[in-house]
Amino acid sequence: MSRSARVIAALSLLGIATLAWARAAELPVSEVATGIFVHSGAIALMTRENEGDIANVGFIVGADAVAVIDTGGSLREGEALLAAVRARTPKPIRYVINTHGHPDHVFGNAAFATANTSFVGHSKLPQALATRGPYYLDNFRRIMGSALIDPVKIIAPSLLVSDTMTLDLGSRQLTLRAWRTGHSDSDVTVYDETTKTLFGGDLVFLRHIPVMDGSIRGWLDTLKELEAIPAQRVVPGHGPVSDWPAALTDERRYLSTLLSDVRALNKNGEPIRAAADKAAAEERARWELFGDYNARNATAAFSEIEWE
Amino acid sequence: MTGWTRHLPLIAALLGIAFAVPAQAEEADDPWPGLVQDIFNNRPMNEGSAVIGIEMPYRAEDAAIVPVTLHSKLSPADSRRIRSITLVIDRNPAPMAAKFELGSDANVSEISTRVRVNNYTDVHAVAELSDGQLYVSKVYVKASGGCSAPAGKNAEEAQNRLGQMRYRQFTREEAPASRIREAQIMIGHPNNSGLQMDQVTQLYIPAFFVNQLKLTQDDSPVLSMEGGISISEDPNLRFTYVSSGAKRFRAEAKDTEGHVFRNEWDVEKPGT
Repeated sequence: MSRSARVIAALSLLGIATLAWARAAELPVSEVATGIFVHSGAIALMTRENEGDIANVGFIVGADAVAVIDTGGSLREGEALLAAVRARTPKPIRYVINTHGHPDHVFGNAAFATANTSFVGHSKLPQALATRGPYYLDNFRRIMGSALIDPVKIIAPSLLVSDTMTLDLGSRQLTLRAWRTGHSDSDVTVYDETTKTLFGGDLVFLRHIPVMDGSIRGWLDTLKELEAIPAQRVVPGHGPVSDWPAALTDERRYLSTLLSDVRALNKNGEPIRAAADKAAAEERARWELFGDYNARNATAAFSEIEWE
Repeated sequence: MTGWTRHLPLIAALLGIAFAVPAQAEEADDPWPGLVQDIFNNRPMNEGSAVIGIEMPYRAEDAAIVPVTLHSKLSPADSRRIRSITLVIDRNPAPMAAKFELGSDANVSEISTRVRVNNYTDVHAVAELSDGQLYVSKVYVKASGGCSAPAGKNAEEAQNRLGQMRYRQFTREEAPASRIREAQIMIGHPNNSGLQMDQVTQLYIPAFFVNQLKLTQDDSPVLSMEGGISISEDPNLRFTYVSSGAKRFRAEAKDTEGHVFRNEWDVEKPGT
C-alpha cells in the first residue's frame, strides 16, 4: 500500500470511528455509594438502536484496584464503560466479574481483555458460554447487525467461583457468591462490605419483568438466602438501585404467582401452551416487557414443574 | 454492481442503517427443496391443509422448549389413514426433528411435543397416508429474542432424571364410555445436541439423545418416534388415541449411547 493510500485508509477509519463513537464515548454512571459507580441500562430488549445497553453495569474502586461488574450488550458498550472507568480513576482494572452468561452482561468483555485483568464468574459459566455463545452471536447479529456484533468476543472466566470467594481491591473486600440454578445456571452476586452494597445480577429485577432461564424453584429458594445478606442497597441486573431487601418484594410475588399458576395448570391437565397464555396473567400491569417474557417464563416453569 | 454502490451494504451496516439484504438472501436460499430431496427422496408432495394440521406459537418464546401440535384433518369419509408424520424444522442444525409412526389400530388423531428452534424458520409437517401419498403443511416461526437459547437450563438436574419415565392420562370431555384417550409420556433425558465443547476436558461433547421411542397398548403399537437433537430436553409426547381395551400401557426408549429404558403402567393408573 502506498503512503497516500495508507493515510486515506487511516483517515476513513477515523471517520467511521468518529461516527460510531459520537454517541457513547463514555457511558454515563452515577456514584451510588462511595467508590461504587453504576450505569443504568434501558428497560428494553437489545436492539441496534440501544447498542445492547439494557442491563445495569458498574465498577467498584478500591485503594489499589478496580473491579468491573458486567460489561454490557456490545463491545461498544464495554468500551464506553472502560472510558467511564478511566475518566474516574487511573487504578488498574484487576477483575471483571460476570454475574452470569447472558449477552446483555457479557458482550462487552473484550473491551477489558488485558494480561493484568482476570475474568471472574460462576464455575458453570464457561460451559454455559460454550453452549450458548455461538447461538447468541448468530441471533444478535440478526437483531443488532454485524457492525455491532462482529467485534464481540465471548470471553469465559478463568477465576471460577463455586461457593464463595473474596476479592481484595485494597482496603475493600468484595464477597462473591455462586448460587444454585435460579435466574440462570451461573448466577453470581457481589457484596461490597465497605458500603453494604449488593450487586444482585439478574437474581434481582425491578420494573423489568423477571426473566427465568434456570429454575423457578431454585430462584425462589435463593431469594430466601439472598435477603439475609445485610446489604443496605442493591444494584439489580435490571431496574433502579433500590433499598434492600424491600427490592425483592415485587419479584418474589411474581415468581410465586407464576409457580402456583403453572402448578395448578399442570394439575388440571392443561397443555404447556395454556401455561404460556394463562400463568401469572394478573401480573401484566405491574411489569414492563411483560408481553416479551411472561409466556417464555411460563413455558420454562411449566416444563420444570411437570417433573415435581 | 459496480463502483461505490457495491459498498452500499457495508456503508449502511457501518452507519447502523437497517438493511434487508440478509433476510432477502435467506429467502432466496430456501432449504426446503434440498430437504425434500434428502429426507423424502424427492417424492412428490401434495398440499396438505386438508390432511395434516401443524400449530406452533408465532414466536419461539423459549428457544429450548417450543410447543408443537400435529393433528389429523383427514375427513372421516376418507378411507385412508395417516401412516406417519415427519416434522422438519428447516433451518435447525438437524432439520429432521422427528418421524412419528401411527399405530394402524390406534387412531392417533393428535400429537404434541416440544422442539428446539434455532432460527427464523419454516416448520413442515409431512403426512404419509396409507396409499403412499405425501401431504405437507407448514408454519413459520420467529426465533426467540433475548437471552433464551436452544440449550438446557440445568444440566445437572437433566442428568439426574436420565431414564425416568412418567405416564399420565387426561380426563376428556367425551362421555365416559368413549374409547378416545389422551395420554402423555415424559422421558428424562438431556437430549444433548453435541454441538458444543466441554470446557473442562476441551473435547466436543458427543451428541446424546433419545433416537427411538415406542408406545404400545398391551402389544399393539400406538405411536413410535424416531427423534433427533431438535427434540427438547426431557422428550415429552402428548397424544390422543383410541383404546383397544388393553390393560397395560408400555413405553420403550433407546438413546444414542445404547441405553434402553422400559416401563409400563396400568392404562387407568398413571404414574412414574
